[in-house]
Amino acid sequence: MGFNGEALTCIRGDRLVFEDLDFDLQPGGCLVLRGPNGSGKSSLLRLCAGFLAPAEGRLRFDGLPIDDDREAHRARLTYVGHLDPLKPVLTVAENLAFWAGMNGASEAAEDALARFGMAGLADLPARYLSAGQRRKVNLARLATSAAVLWLLDEPTTALDDTAVAALTALIAAHRAAGGMVMAATHIDLGLPDAATLRLETPRLPVAVDFR
Amino acid sequence: MTGFWLVLRRDLSLAFKQGGAAMLALAFFVVTVTLFPLGVGPSPDILARIGPGVIWVAALLSALLSLDRLFQADLEDGSLDLLVLAPLPLQATVLAKCAAHWLSTGLPLIAAAPVLGLLMNMPAEGIWTLLAAMVLGTPSLSLIGAIGAALTVAVRRGGVLLSLLVLPLYIPVLIFGVAAVDAATVGLSVRPHLLLLSAISLGSVVLAPVAAAPALRLALE
Repeated sequence: MGFNGEALTCIRGDRLVFEDLDFDLQPGGCLVLRGPNGSGKSSLLRLCAGFLAPAEGRLRFDGLPIDDDREAHRARLTYVGHLDPLKPVLTVAENLAFWAGMNGASEAAEDALARFGMAGLADLPARYLSAGQRRKVNLARLATSAAVLWLLDEPTTALDDTAVAALTALIAAHRAAGGMVMAATHIDLGLPDAATLRLETPRLPVAVDFR
Repeated sequence: MTGFWLVLRRDLSLAFKQGGAAMLALAFFVVTVTLFPLGVGPSPDILARIGPGVIWVAALLSALLSLDRLFQADLEDGSLDLLVLAPLPLQATVLAKCAAHWLSTGLPLIAAAPVLGLLMNMPAEGIWTLLAAMVLGTPSLSLIGAIGAALTVAVRRGGVLLSLLVLPLYIPVLIFGVAAVDAATVGLSVRPHLLLLSAISLGSVVLAPVAAAPALRLALE
């Protein structure tokens, strides 16, 4: 049951990012990824989302390899990356409603915005938002999503304390409903009984990649 | 299916709210064609002879102008990640984006073509055929272009590379588009040319999404 990875190896641009990595995430569970920059937290999340294929190892959801049914895997996950996918000329509400519509919303966009104290800005074009506000709109997507598995890549970037508390509450509610969360973070999110997966800097010589 | 309309509507409202790309393509089209009477001299016979070719070539180049941003804007702000993950198959997303590109770029070109036809001293039957040929042919410009746009999505300043990839593929559209108008002017049947243009467009409706989707997935690795 749950979502797990066995003996995962990730190679990016001829560089070994991590090897022989295992994790196990049960329904209602939360896995916090910690580790220095470049240790592969983002790569692991992109692996779990299916953007990358592991060089070795296998990802399973409820015992079935995710490669068996890519469509089902995409339908059960939602991903928050480094970038906030907002179009500057569309309003906050239009941006959020688009993503909610694309993913089959479970909660109205206005309610999701209200969770992050953004309800008053719903009609503002997204180009006027600050970095933290953009991030809040991106995170409000989580509240509209019906996905079981949340993959969060440093979700607290640019957030203030109130917004971090709102995110923590959102994660707690999601877990209470049986959802799963994987989050890469450098700060303590204050999540009770969350498992921590520590990624180390690879021991092998690292080729410098200037890209 | 709702996802398809959502993407189509979003891209259309982006095209019109940002204004830029679609109107730029139209302005480029008009200005390029207007340059020819100035360049080759206002001899009515010469203009009527080269008119269809000039208008088609200008249309190909105008369609290319906004193509490099078709997927790149979505890659840069992280939208492409989420479009790939969305339940809507990526092929359908590509098709919706092509439809939006055609509606915002192709349609204005078609609307401007008759006026430019008059400018080039084309006869009335030639202008009508030009309209029909453009309606049938321009969808393939957006669709074939989407393949190039997907392949070059991660390339900085990929616009030039995109042109080199896509323009050779536009040649059949150009040949049959011009041949249809020439046939109409000399009184031959335009049917075969229009049928071939439709075939190219229908073929690219099938092929373009199938080719562009894996290219986009590859760009996210």
